[in-house]
Amino acid sequence: MSIARFWRETGRRYNLGASRCTVCKTVYFPPRSVCPSCAQHRRSLGKLTPLQLSGEGEVVTFSIIHDAAEGFEVQVPYVLAIVRTKEGPQLTGQVVDIDPKEVRIGLKVHATFRKLREEGKAGVIHYGYKFSPTTGPDDGPGRPGRSEPVAATATAEAGPVRA
Amino acid sequence: MEAGIVSYGAYVPRYRITPAEIGKVWGVDGAGMGAGLNVHRKSVPAPDEDTITISTEALRVALVRGAIDPQEIGALYVGSESHPYAVKPTATVVAQAVGATPNLTAADFEFACKAGTAAIQVCLGLVESKMVKYGVAIGSDTSQGAPGDALEYSASAGGAAFVMGREHVIASVKRTLSYTTDTPDFWRREGQRYPSHSGRFTGEPAYFRHVSECARRMMEAVSSTPRDYRHIVFHQPNGKFPQRVGKQLGFTDEQMKYGLVTPYIGNTYSGAALIGLANVLDHAKPGERILVVGYGSGAGSDAFDLETTQEIATFDRSFGAPVSDFLENGVEIPYAVYAKFRGKIRMEGD
Repeated sequence: MSIARFWRETGRRYNLGASRCTVCKTVYFPPRSVCPSCAQHRRSLGKLTPLQLSGEGEVVTFSIIHDAAEGFEVQVPYVLAIVRTKEGPQLTGQVVDIDPKEVRIGLKVHATFRKLREEGKAGVIHYGYKFSPTTGPDDGPGRPGRSEPVAATATAEAGPVRA
Repeated sequence: MEAGIVSYGAYVPRYRITPAEIGKVWGVDGAGMGAGLNVHRKSVPAPDEDTITISTEALRVALVRGAIDPQEIGALYVGSESHPYAVKPTATVVAQAVGATPNLTAADFEFACKAGTAAIQVCLGLVESKMVKYGVAIGSDTSQGAPGDALEYSASAGGAAFVMGREHVIASVKRTLSYTTDTPDFWRREGQRYPSHSGRFTGEPAYFRHVSECARRMMEAVSSTPRDYRHIVFHQPNGKFPQRVGKQLGFTDEQMKYGLVTPYIGNTYSGAALIGLANVLDHAKPGERILVVGYGSGAGSDAFDLETTQEIATFDRSFGAPVSDFLENGVEIPYAVYAKFRGKIRMEGD
């Protein structure tokens, strides 16, 4: 991925920056500027406000990866999951700090800040969200549920979702 | 109101390795080595963790606990000797990741193991002079010892973040002072993967001289005695040095009960004294006096005379894990997995 492209996406990758349509309350991640859910799309123009997802969610489905993508060789086997966030949008991300055998549908997770990949030994390092178990049989240290947003931005009320 | 600590958070990675496991690989009595160093386990970062991720996790906890708007942070400094980039600040990524950009000053500090306490001193100056509302000081590391070297039995990973301010202070800083000399006890040259050290020279002329001189000068400056402090926190490259310097200065094991964390997580370098302080604050009640003396090779010590306020009685620590969780929990891994996680195995293309 190009440096510029990743840099443009740091808001969503670092801070789970999403958007919410103030007309129909739909929450979008990645954020959108026009709401495709509203019957008349033009009504939503200028009506989508930024919000930060709390990072709390649960596993909807997952896969245990044994044949690693380039750069992930030392993490095999690792878990890639679709997580439904508290606010609604479904995010794809790695679930870390858990034995892959312990991952299950419905597992409560929260977002954690991790290294996503490195552009070789001399290139830039990309950071962003992954997910960590909030509770579980193999709880490591320091894995609470995040009860509040990290930054002082608005949180979403539950509404219809288009991830 | 005196300036001081408004909020704090700590983070230690999940994985652990024991000195016995390390010793097995190198044909050494690792258990004996661990007992001698008073290090029972050390933390190991996952392959996707580094000083930036550890710092971010610790600061996120601090911001939620203190209900602090990140946009009110005017300065953010990360002290570490394992910044992921040689050129490109750790602090800018951390600031962006907590939503503190763009109206702040940010920089990386490096002074072996005391870069975090140096960052606290700078934040204190900025806060007291009212140049900023909140200053953030982080001490965090993922340091390594060369395979088979004595350092490998203790060098670990972790960090703590402290938000300094003038309002809702939970621990006010009564005084800070430092003791600094040119002492070549430990170093890492540019481009070198592992640090070098001068063996036993790291003890008496380095750690013990600086920590004890700094502590004595602090007690002289504020006319205190060891009995005046409820808690003490020394830099802790292992579990043995702080106990010894504490005894030399007239402190008891009870005073070090919460401030000594290295026996359970290893030496987190820039994070070591700060995680010890975080553990003290997890247990402290109002009106308790705390002496913190950091140490960084090269060499220098920073001392802080702190006193907890009434605010700590209502400080909400419910978000984030208490330090005791990191001390008690963790998943032990064998040396082979540790070597893989820490990049000690040459991969194709390396």
